[in-house]
Amino acid sequence: MTLDSVKLALETPDERQPYAELGMKDDEYQRVREILGRRPTSSELAIYSVMWSEHCSYKSSKVHLRQFGTKAPKSEALLVGMGENAGVVDIGDGWAATFKIESHNHPSYVEPHQGAATGVGGIVRDIMSMGARPIAVMDALRFGGATQPDTRRVLPGVVEGIGHYGNCLGLPNIGGEVAFDPCYIGNPLVNALCVGLLRKDQIKLATAPGPGNKVVLFGARTGADGIGGASVLASATFEDESQAKRPAVQVGDPFMEKLLIECCLELYQADVVVGIQDLGAAGVSCATTELAAKGTGGMHVDLNLVPLRDPTLRPEEILMSESQERMMAVVTPGDIAAFMAICEKWDVPATVIGEVTDTGRLVMTWDGETIVDIPPGTAADDGPVYERPFHEPAGQAALNGDGPERLPRPSDLRETLLTLLGSPNLASKEWVTSQYDRYVRGNTVLAQPADAGMVRISEVMPGAEETTRGIALSTDGNGRYAKLDPYAGAQLALAEAYRNVAVTGATPLAVTNCLNFGSPEDPEVMWQFAEATRGLADACQILGVPVTGGNVSFYNQTGSAAIHPTPVVGVLGVIDDVARRIRSGFTAPGLRVALLGETHEEFGGSEWAHVVHDHLGGLPPQADLAAERGLAAVLAAAAAEGLIEGSHDLSDGGLGIALAESCIAQGVGASVSLPIEDAFVGLFSETAARALVCVRPEAFEALAELCGRFDVPCYGLGTTGGTSLVVEDVLDVPVAELREAHEGALPAIFG
Amino acid sequence: MSAARVGVVTFPGTLDDQDAARAVRLAGAEAVPLWHAERDLKGVDAVFLPGGFSYGDYLRCGAISRFAPLMEEIVPAARAGLPVLGTCNGFQILCEAHLLPGALTRNQGLHYICRDQRIRVESADTAWTAEFERGQEIVLPIKHGEGRYVADAETLETLESEGRVVFRYMGGNPNGSLNDIAGITSEAGNVVGLMPHPEHAVEDLTGAPSVDGRGFFTSILKKLVNA
Repeated sequence: MTLDSVKLALETPDERQPYAELGMKDDEYQRVREILGRRPTSSELAIYSVMWSEHCSYKSSKVHLRQFGTKAPKSEALLVGMGENAGVVDIGDGWAATFKIESHNHPSYVEPHQGAATGVGGIVRDIMSMGARPIAVMDALRFGGATQPDTRRVLPGVVEGIGHYGNCLGLPNIGGEVAFDPCYIGNPLVNALCVGLLRKDQIKLATAPGPGNKVVLFGARTGADGIGGASVLASATFEDESQAKRPAVQVGDPFMEKLLIECCLELYQADVVVGIQDLGAAGVSCATTELAAKGTGGMHVDLNLVPLRDPTLRPEEILMSESQERMMAVVTPGDIAAFMAICEKWDVPATVIGEVTDTGRLVMTWDGETIVDIPPGTAADDGPVYERPFHEPAGQAALNGDGPERLPRPSDLRETLLTLLGSPNLASKEWVTSQYDRYVRGNTVLAQPADAGMVRISEVMPGAEETTRGIALSTDGNGRYAKLDPYAGAQLALAEAYRNVAVTGATPLAVTNCLNFGSPEDPEVMWQFAEATRGLADACQILGVPVTGGNVSFYNQTGSAAIHPTPVVGVLGVIDDVARRIRSGFTAPGLRVALLGETHEEFGGSEWAHVVHDHLGGLPPQADLAAERGLAAVLAAAAAEGLIEGSHDLSDGGLGIALAESCIAQGVGASVSLPIEDAFVGLFSETAARALVCVRPEAFEALAELCGRFDVPCYGLGTTGGTSLVVEDVLDVPVAELREAHEGALPAIFG
Repeated sequence: MSAARVGVVTFPGTLDDQDAARAVRLAGAEAVPLWHAERDLKGVDAVFLPGGFSYGDYLRCGAISRFAPLMEEIVPAARAGLPVLGTCNGFQILCEAHLLPGALTRNQGLHYICRDQRIRVESADTAWTAEFERGQEIVLPIKHGEGRYVADAETLETLESEGRVVFRYMGGNPNGSLNDIAGITSEAGNVVGLMPHPEHAVEDLTGAPSVDGRGFFTSILKKLVNA
């Protein structure tokens, strides 16, 4: 096999190149030729094809994502915004938090266990590369119908993969979501979130400054796994050939990742890292071009020095390999010995493969010949940008016109409550979450089934200030709402995650998102995307929480059928005194139960319409962001004053489900009356901006007064106690029966 | 009087070492980090082998760790009476090192399982359980994929007849362990291994909804102070 060097490229300008097979369009290939003033070598083609893929370049989404910056609310907390490996926010007392959510949808369909596992691994490395210690993970999962046969292949594999990788890493899994809908049967969603903590003065960036500094590749050796992953797997639509793509899924080694975490933290502690970047999609191509582009601008790499697991790999393959558990650091020559000693202590292989230059060119050699010579910014930053056409889907008006008003209402509300409580989307997710370690590191304050996960900030890294603070995190997203109205659907996803954080007593601070959509080449899908990003950016502005980063996943479709547009939104909040957190549900008998927020008749996209009538039509609930803001303010103030003993947000399934889950939480019953006359609406409407709380009887007045101050309606519903949930004149169900319906559903399906 | 010193071992892939050290400190002892590659017990009064996936649990859980240089110090010291506690992966390592009999195999249900588990204290005659009452029921988290205790009939008979079963699962055996065994002790009662995690049940704010794990650390502290 001849080596395609720069010299050869100049000599053979008309050589036909397989750019189309690598996912490049004709005009993109032409642009590469213009940039270089010659045809690219095969190695350069490999670099441009992966760096300009949808997955790495955001070429279809960029023009819309800009709104997250232009409409961003003023936030003093934002330390590092979009564009880095992950956003960083100031959480007080000298601490910063970094968090991000990322998709690994396609690999998880092809090979559920490894696909999901490496999704966790990738996001954890993003967090590490900011200089942080990863402290918790969570995941947002979407599967096909719970009883559809392929779901029984995909779900157990995904859960096992997330569990195995996360458990081996020693990161508590503190929450997330699982939802089912037939639209995900050929395209499950696996969105993994990781949060890390660091001292504010220790933020690391992906940059390679200082000519003469060494470029070190450390972690696992490079193999053939994941070659073409970025361009082929993440940026093309599935037809019926997923079997053939299996080798393109990466294989993870969580043990190596655990060593990498501890090794990196010791490297940061020793202050021997100038710049650092994890190797994810597009592997060495991405790390070298991005580091060089953000640094002095030049880098020289000898690809022969990359340690290989498979010695037959060609340079093109080394550049594209997505082997897991690898990092790249820029280190001054004086610190190299110390750097290597720390790697050795942790049994992490580390190799100097090149150095920073001031030439403005990324140059790579193989067997002494130059095979890459490009301006790195052209691959990393100057990828194509598309203004994709979009228009409202043909059936949208009809879909919105087919509202839930026509659906027959139930006569037996007790039966309806039990049916919904045991439906796959609302049922207990214990079958899934019991496979995850939620305790490791000993700082987990709240985890599933609480509305948000919460961790105490303690013993994260040496030399930091003691603090009483904690952070709370939640993710949410409702594909049915977004299908009916992507603008409102994205806002509702943010509103719910925001509310989930607020009901723990924490104050929402910042946002990450994972935008899961079909093909951007379909103008109807592109309309959904444009609407969702516009809705989310507007809502972030109103709620005062900036987007700090995230990920776009396009091409979530099998054949021509796209998934429901599914913007998944993660919200991070801070609580000043973690001991003041609000626990989940009814925590003791003898407490007053109150509903905060107004209830309207809103059944479009509801669980009731979905479960009982298999209906999707009309409009989703109104996203009342001013009301959400008021509610969150009440909850934060009430938590700080110690007014609230337990809480639960209202979302899918409405007040009925919130009451039932609150009873199940600690096995404490309640006797309540409904805030409005229409019992069906009172129990199952999905109006947003509502939360259920319980307070000591003597604290009720103070709560009502606080609500008045923030214009939040507060309804005393009744008291906790007894062994049943009693809704006056409507239903009476023993908590044991509620529990059986709620906890029995998923085990009955998945064993 | 100087505080009792409890060594907390870190292998590559150990995960609960931070929790273990914190539990030791909360009980009023000094937690001394012990590194797998060093042949040095640093003069500790007792040793805690925490959970995790040492060496990735490759080959077999605990099978590689038993050969660590530090283990070459721990094994003879334990045989000579040094109190040693192994939880989860630590229990697996103690079995692989033959400080405790039997083995831990894949859970019967084949799933990793994390839950708050009721267990019964069957023996208060060990270095780590003296502050409990025999027959006392406590709640500790379990979190493992390979916690099914197995041993041959003769070994089981010996353990039972000598009162060396220290903990038994209650309210449903989570992993198929023979005789519902959750933890056992050595003949001398100084080495204890169990699958549940006392270090995750020592604070009200975090971890399991119980503080029953404190008993392990108050037990060992009392013993060391009185020794």
